Amino acid sequence: MNTIRKELVIIGGGPAGLAAGIAAREAGVEDLVILEREHEAGGILRQCIHNGFGLHRYGEELTGPEYAARDIAKAEELGLDIRCDTTVLSVDGDRRVTCVSRTDGLQIYEAGAIILAMGCRERPRGALGTPGTRCAGVYTAGAAQKFVNLEGLMPGKRVVILGSGDIGLIMARRMTLQGAKVLACVELMPYSSGLNRNIVQCLQDYDIPLYLSHTVTDIRGRERLEAVTVMEVDAKRRPIPGTEQVFECDTLLLSVGLIPENELSQRAGVELSPLTSGAVVDDTLQTSVPGVFACGNVLHVHDLVDFVSDESFRAGRAAADYLKGQAPKGGTLAVRDGEGVRGVVPQKLHPDQDVTLMFRPAGVYKNASVVVEADGKEMARKRAMIFTPGEMVALPLKAEKLAGVTGDITVRMEVR
Amino acid sequence: MEERVITCINCPMGCRMTVCLENGEVVSVSGNTCKRGDTYARQEVTAPVRMVTAVVPVQGSLMPVSVKTREPIPKKDIPACMAALHGLHLQAPIKAGDTVLPDACGSGVDVIATKSV
Repeated sequence: MNTIRKELVIIGGGPAGLAAGIAAREAGVEDLVILEREHEAGGILRQCIHNGFGLHRYGEELTGPEYAARDIAKAEELGLDIRCDTTVLSVDGDRRVTCVSRTDGLQIYEAGAIILAMGCRERPRGALGTPGTRCAGVYTAGAAQKFVNLEGLMPGKRVVILGSGDIGLIMARRMTLQGAKVLACVELMPYSSGLNRNIVQCLQDYDIPLYLSHTVTDIRGRERLEAVTVMEVDAKRRPIPGTEQVFECDTLLLSVGLIPENELSQRAGVELSPLTSGAVVDDTLQTSVPGVFACGNVLHVHDLVDFVSDESFRAGRAAADYLKGQAPKGGTLAVRDGEGVRGVVPQKLHPDQDVTLMFRPAGVYKNASVVVEADGKEMARKRAMIFTPGEMVALPLKAEKLAGVTGDITVRMEVR
Repeated sequence: MEERVITCINCPMGCRMTVCLENGEVVSVSGNTCKRGDTYARQEVTAPVRMVTAVVPVQGSLMPVSVKTREPIPKKDIPACMAALHGLHLQAPIKAGDTVLPDACGSGVDVIATKSV
């Protein structure tokens, strides 16, 4: 077996891994490798052929492949070593990365630092507990997106979509434009978690009905899916008897949430947060395992790739600082979720460093403020007309604001 | 007088706006919270436009090529644009930015490749 020493190993060649690699190289890390399990870099952007990426970073609306191409071009210009078709099997607590590929076989990297950038995966049918038969024709929306956009294959002709997250909405339009009939989009909650823009342009434009407070209660078919039963749910999300509607269809797409893909992190002993399902990190995005950093959707599920890139640039620079022995010294303060706030990242910070706090509101708050407090004093405040769980809040905080703070920092929502 | 109710797409507020039209001309917009809603509503009820993105098979490549309209096109032209794209016979290699369908459906907007195959 082949053992290789590397200053920095980055796991994942999507937007997070690419940005982390670019930033680390620009900060002086020469000896780094990006490990990517797919045939080419770019991650999930490769199959996101719709536009809307890059508005914050570039001021224009790129498609996914175009956004990825810019980072890939930059990585090539910097001469980054990106190993595709390479699957990481394990990471351990003393920063040994075991991976396998057809060309190089089994290899072990002994890394000075590691950046976890594995992204997230979709919640599958098994996570829902929907009754029914185990027929073909039930896909996650992202799997269908890969079939249609990367392989040129149509998963079916008559489609029901469960969940109204953005990927489900985008796929409603894609399937329709490619000739399928989308019968309904069914959402358990009384509101959609998707963008208004996608509800208008992906559903309303094509007269696809959106059933709020409804769910799929039965999946029927022998070999292939034949029909699903849809029922209305009450305030406690229990199906209401007598509201059954049967949709004859050959395809059910699931768009029911994303989960950071942290199996490797767990094996490395990285402490995870039950709120974000990602690593617990400090302001340098370092996890509980020294020298192991996390960024992008493996840390917490983002709405916009622009923010993934921004966070990953910071992780790349932080890993470079760590390798040079320039990581921030001294103790950290805990950052706590206050009322109306879920899953603040980072969970701890060095008070002498600038930081960006990110989190999701626990509900919809109109005419509200985010307030950051410590030692009984207000450190920062951000007002907005509306905060919703579907839109992550980013709150930059300057180090001078935190000077002299000794206690926990709390982030909470305040309605005016 | 005609009334149309539309949802604003500019931000998560999603304002429900009522647009009053007379002989195809916008007389008033109400229900919006900010100026962006007013602008969007006037455009959306008189001349709605959309970006179109799709994939097209390519001879000589296992993967289809992803494409987009260079700019938004009139919403009513989307079905014709898709039909024209489905009728294309493309040959590899294609570079990102290449025009695959000039002047889609007489809209004056080209459809271009968004990746290289």
